[in-house]
Amino acid sequence: MNNNREFGDALLHVDNISLAFGGIQALSDVSFEVREHEILAIIGPNGAGKTSMLNVLNGFYHPQEGTITYKGRTRSRMRPHHAASHGIARTFQNIALFKGMSTLDNIMTGRNTMMKRNFLWQALYIGPARKEEIEHRKVVEDIIDFLEIEAIRKIPVGRLPYGLQKRVELARALAAEPDLLLLDEPMAGMNMEEKEDMCRFVLDVNDEFGTTTVLIEHDMGVVMDISDRVVVLDYGRKIADGTPDEVRENQDVIDAYLGVSHD
Amino acid sequence: MIESATIEESRNTFPKLLRHNAAHRPDKPAIREKDFGIWQAWTWGEVAEEVRALACGLAALGFKQGDRLGIVGDNRPQLYWSMVAPQCLGGIPVPVYQDSVAEEMQYVFEHAEIRFAVVEDQEQVDKLLDIMDRCPRLEHIIYKDSRGLRHYDQPFIHEYKNVQEQGRAFDKENPGYFDSRVDAGKGDDLAIMLYTSGTTGRPKGVMLSNDNVIITALNGIVRDHLTENEEVMAYLPMAWVGDNVFSVAQSYVAGFCVNCPESGETVLDDTREIGPSYFFAPPRVFENILTTVMIRMEDASWIKGKMFHYFMEFARRVGVDILDGKQVTATDRLIYFLGKVLVYGPLLNVLGFTRIRLAYTAGEAIGPDIFDFYRSLGMNIKQLYGSTEASVFITMQPDGEVKPDTVGTPANGVEVRIEDNGEVMFRGPGVFVAYYKDEEETQVIKAEDGWVHTGDAGFFDDSGHLKIIDRAKDVGKLVDGTMFAPKYLENKLKFFPYIKEAVTFGDRRDFVAAFICADLEAVGDWAERRNLAYSGYTDLAGQEPVYDLIQECVEKVNRDLSEDPHLAGSQIKRFLILHKELDPDDGELTRTRKVRRNVVADKYDELIEALYSDVDHCPVEAQVIFEDGRTGTIKADLRICEAKRIEAAPEPLRKAV
Repeated sequence: MNNNREFGDALLHVDNISLAFGGIQALSDVSFEVREHEILAIIGPNGAGKTSMLNVLNGFYHPQEGTITYKGRTRSRMRPHHAASHGIARTFQNIALFKGMSTLDNIMTGRNTMMKRNFLWQALYIGPARKEEIEHRKVVEDIIDFLEIEAIRKIPVGRLPYGLQKRVELARALAAEPDLLLLDEPMAGMNMEEKEDMCRFVLDVNDEFGTTTVLIEHDMGVVMDISDRVVVLDYGRKIADGTPDEVRENQDVIDAYLGVSHD
Repeated sequence: MIESATIEESRNTFPKLLRHNAAHRPDKPAIREKDFGIWQAWTWGEVAEEVRALACGLAALGFKQGDRLGIVGDNRPQLYWSMVAPQCLGGIPVPVYQDSVAEEMQYVFEHAEIRFAVVEDQEQVDKLLDIMDRCPRLEHIIYKDSRGLRHYDQPFIHEYKNVQEQGRAFDKENPGYFDSRVDAGKGDDLAIMLYTSGTTGRPKGVMLSNDNVIITALNGIVRDHLTENEEVMAYLPMAWVGDNVFSVAQSYVAGFCVNCPESGETVLDDTREIGPSYFFAPPRVFENILTTVMIRMEDASWIKGKMFHYFMEFARRVGVDILDGKQVTATDRLIYFLGKVLVYGPLLNVLGFTRIRLAYTAGEAIGPDIFDFYRSLGMNIKQLYGSTEASVFITMQPDGEVKPDTVGTPANGVEVRIEDNGEVMFRGPGVFVAYYKDEEETQVIKAEDGWVHTGDAGFFDDSGHLKIIDRAKDVGKLVDGTMFAPKYLENKLKFFPYIKEAVTFGDRRDFVAAFICADLEAVGDWAERRNLAYSGYTDLAGQEPVYDLIQECVEKVNRDLSEDPHLAGSQIKRFLILHKELDPDDGELTRTRKVRRNVVADKYDELIEALYSDVDHCPVEAQVIFEDGRTGTIKADLRICEAKRIEAAPEPLRKAV
């Protein structure tokens, strides 16, 4: 699956990040890089700091130490909406959709940062605002077609099964046409078939749009199958970084997963 | 027999029909597809261009006269064009069921010696790549949807658009080539090869000529007064002869527009948006729609529910008569009109059936309740009887003479006769040329003078309508010579919601007897409403009130049968309710839930003997296999019940609803 693939330069450098909440050290001195067009998985046991890492990447948490270099620009603080407007989109571990809105409307919100007309124009829905909306709708329909969710286009997402809601969330993230896609446990709570579908979509997105993808996942089978590289965290520290095969052989990783006393 | 229509030479092949339509109605929509949320349309003029480019592209790839082209995928305009493009070059399209497993697909590709394939997407390309080394003749694969196929660099895989591009260049270099090839087409050239799914043995390739399909389609158009303004939905498999006639042949001959839904899951929504005027669906589709309506009405507000039930009850009484143009009192008409405004109209609108002038159902028996439901709403739904070997139409119901249990009178140009053993035979313009590479089977099915065996048993009723009762090989005779059609009786029983399965016996016996399986859900619900306690299926099935309930159903069937002189003798005399549900895991049903008659007869031998003796109960022990593979036994003492039989009625009774 992953042979003959070419990756570009590093899109994102994470250097010596440390993050603490009061006395709890969530991340300590973590460094890695994400290369263009690759699928990078972040794995680790519960509480290893995976979601914290993702939250740092999209500016939701601000690390006490370390820097993040994204597209050549180094920064220590960034707000989530800056991240969004600079091409970072994400999905959440616990689905964060507007339950009462239709699939279509939810995905349209993913285009929000790109809408230039102000609220008043949009409310009136005339002239340029209308034209703009149609342009955005076209992009959204492409994504609906791509993720094969035509049948649920007009159904409020609250009524959809869990697996489909996850797909809608991915659709909304894609609607932002991201350069970097962050997926927080995209396969959690899914059955085998839904997982297979989701894997295919993640791979297809990567293949079709060349989107760089960072994902957190618990299912080892999935991780080993679809990622190009794996970063392993344990107690907030990075303990391994490499191809799936390398990581599989790594003694520290085996210890972390099988449980060796940390003293 | 009604005379068959004929067609002039300038329109006797599909490419010629396309050329005719492009010249006479160039700006009329020919086909639509919902894509990216919007209905995209192609006019006849545009379709002609698309087909021409594709045909020339195929020619550029080396497609020769007589070559076969396989088509695999959902109903898509591009795939429909792939039906006509090879015909332009004297080739033959072979649509294949897209959900068939690799082995079946391999068999068809190998047997039909397919050189070219046009498929929808990556899934189908992968499937063909899998079987390619076993199908040495397959040379080129053309795909429509490029998604996920970017890294496929095999030289024999082409994108649809690119083939058309090549075709346009080829057309420029070889002007006149395309038209001369179209002109060379003849009416008796093969138009298409359709593989019948074959319930027994290997699929057979039915070869149909242009004349077969086009003249049959035209006969249907004449009979039902179809015009170029019809709208149809193309959502049934392209490999099925019905889709070929409704969505291709009749559209090309009459010039009407075909609509392809966005995906299999959106068919109902898309149907509502289009509002077809001419519609085809197997009974199962109509049944599902009705169930959805009923479930949604359960959730409706009290007043809406009342209104719905009142008017539906009323429609059941007079709706069908009004549709058939029979005499109805002015008051009834007034109430029906009110119902139309308040219930029937809005309901049809929600289903997308407002504009339906004509709907057909075929394939299997439709429940009279379901059939009457739609008819009482004012929807002109009719039944037809057909087969691939007949290019669909053998008989169809004429307007105003629609009965739930017949399949109508012979189609235009078709003669039907009944053999001595009850088998239905037909002859007409749609009779297939032959089975591909199977002379032997062709000889068996095609008898002398062009008559064709259908394998179905049936008879004509007093008004000249054909009634199909069973597969001919399953029809037996009672000792006194009365015809016994097990499936016909079983279907009648199964139309009752309380009966899930039924197995009838009677061949070479004195009378007809039946095993019945109650429907746990329906009967359980019925029992709960009567405060009838039960612990499980076996317990419920043995209870007296349940026996009474089933007996009522059986007697209603007997009453129905008594109205029919051919079948009055095969009324059910004795029956029992089985102590367990028939189950595919126990081998009693096939995976598609058809009763395995022999298995059941062997397994419950004692019960059958008891039915034909004079005992009124019979102890039984049955082995069952649980889902985890363990086995257990169920013991019960089954009651055997005697049902009333009705002497052939002198005056027709009102049909039981």
